[in-house]
Amino acid sequence: MTATTHRMPLARPPKVLVTKIGFDGHDRGSRIVAAYLRDAGMEVVYTGPWQEIPFVVNLALEEDVDVIGVSSLATDHLLVPKLMDALREAGLGHIGVIVGGIVPDDEEAVLKDAGVAHVFHAGSSREEIVASIEELVHTVRAQAA
Amino acid sequence: MTAAAKQVPDSEWLAKLQSGHRTTLARAITAVENETAGAGDIISAIHPHLGHAHVVGFTGPPGAGKSTLVSAYVAELRKRDLTVGVVAVDPSSPLTGGAILGDRIRMTAHTGDEGVFVRSLASRGHLGGLSRTAARVIDVMDAARRDVVVVETVGAGQSEVEVAEIAHTKVVVCAPGLGDDIQAIKAGILEIADVLVVNKADLPLADRTVKQLKGMLGLTKREGWTPPVLRTTATTGEGVDTLADKIDDHADAEGGLRASPVHRVQRLLAGIAAERLKRRIERQDDPAMTELCEAVLRGDVGFDAAASRALELLVKSKD
Repeated sequence: MTATTHRMPLARPPKVLVTKIGFDGHDRGSRIVAAYLRDAGMEVVYTGPWQEIPFVVNLALEEDVDVIGVSSLATDHLLVPKLMDALREAGLGHIGVIVGGIVPDDEEAVLKDAGVAHVFHAGSSREEIVASIEELVHTVRAQAA
Repeated sequence: MTAAAKQVPDSEWLAKLQSGHRTTLARAITAVENETAGAGDIISAIHPHLGHAHVVGFTGPPGAGKSTLVSAYVAELRKRDLTVGVVAVDPSSPLTGGAILGDRIRMTAHTGDEGVFVRSLASRGHLGGLSRTAARVIDVMDAARRDVVVVETVGAGQSEVEVAEIAHTKVVVCAPGLGDDIQAIKAGILEIADVLVVNKADLPLADRTVKQLKGMLGLTKREGWTPPVLRTTATTGEGVDTLADKIDDHADAEGGLRASPVHRVQRLLAGIAAERLKRRIERQDDPAMTELCEAVLRGDVGFDAAASRALELLVKSKD
């Protein structure tokens, strides 16, 4: 709550989709982050690994999520710009997208250019992740309102 | 609270919803789920258009395979060319309010099928197996012309029978080997069942569970519809066509809801009011309350009498 204490509390819990796209199955990070977010009072739609972009888009649409968190440990984050395009195409460009995992610096720049709000690297703390997502949910909802 | 949710729902909006526009449906659900400022307008707008969908509730103990069976049932409904809405309720943590919404992980087979719309809800502290606003979410799916709305409760056992008030047909799902003598569903939940399913019927103890359920049903007096006891294996789809047939039969035989919506709203109000009362009593810090608790501890006053006294103290403290 550190970064958001100056704001009005959210009218409803943040709704976050935690997913992995592509072929990599290392899902421990996404599971841990899903639990962090749940323990911070968020409602987390969790999918497990190996998802395809149309699946993620459909799920984000049906669940009307605020934020999508993509975990990437083996270059799958390079699919994220395609995910962003697909989201915009589906009229879901308002959703905040974050990436966490192993992301080299030059590729982080690519993701940021594509509109990714945050990239969390190894060593990011629970507090940092939770606070950033809460901040992002505030921004997403303020823009939508 | 997105652009579409705050616009006043006019006839154009309604036409979009009824024609199956998915974003409109998703945002309307968010509004009624969260009782946002626009929710009232949406509820008024859809109210004259309700009653299309057959609402089927799936309940049963955790681990019985409800989500997988719902997914298989949805596939069967799609074979029959019916459109489907699924409302899957998962529990919120009573400590943090957070939730993992994971039921739909087992419903991935329907991705890309516009005839299926799945929405997860967190229970948010509401007891009874649903969430406070679940009935309204179902209404929105009904107004969106879904032929069947399937409601999956949180893993329920003995007293989570709220689904009985909002589902036309109640399916109680259990599995073999979940505990001796199917103790998990012995009361309450068995009484609301219109269709009983022993899922995971490929497991060795399935026959015994079927027999036990039939035996227990025989002990209950019923008029009209007699709940069948079915066997399914959700992972292979075995028995799911019969399940869909029996749900249809029940719809034909019984049709409408047994509980009146007014009664349901009254009960919901009672629950919300009781929760407020509880919080106020818990926070009450005047000496008379402490004294009362000490008297209960000493055994001077019984719980019943003390509870009445606590309510009196509350009324006094307000004046």
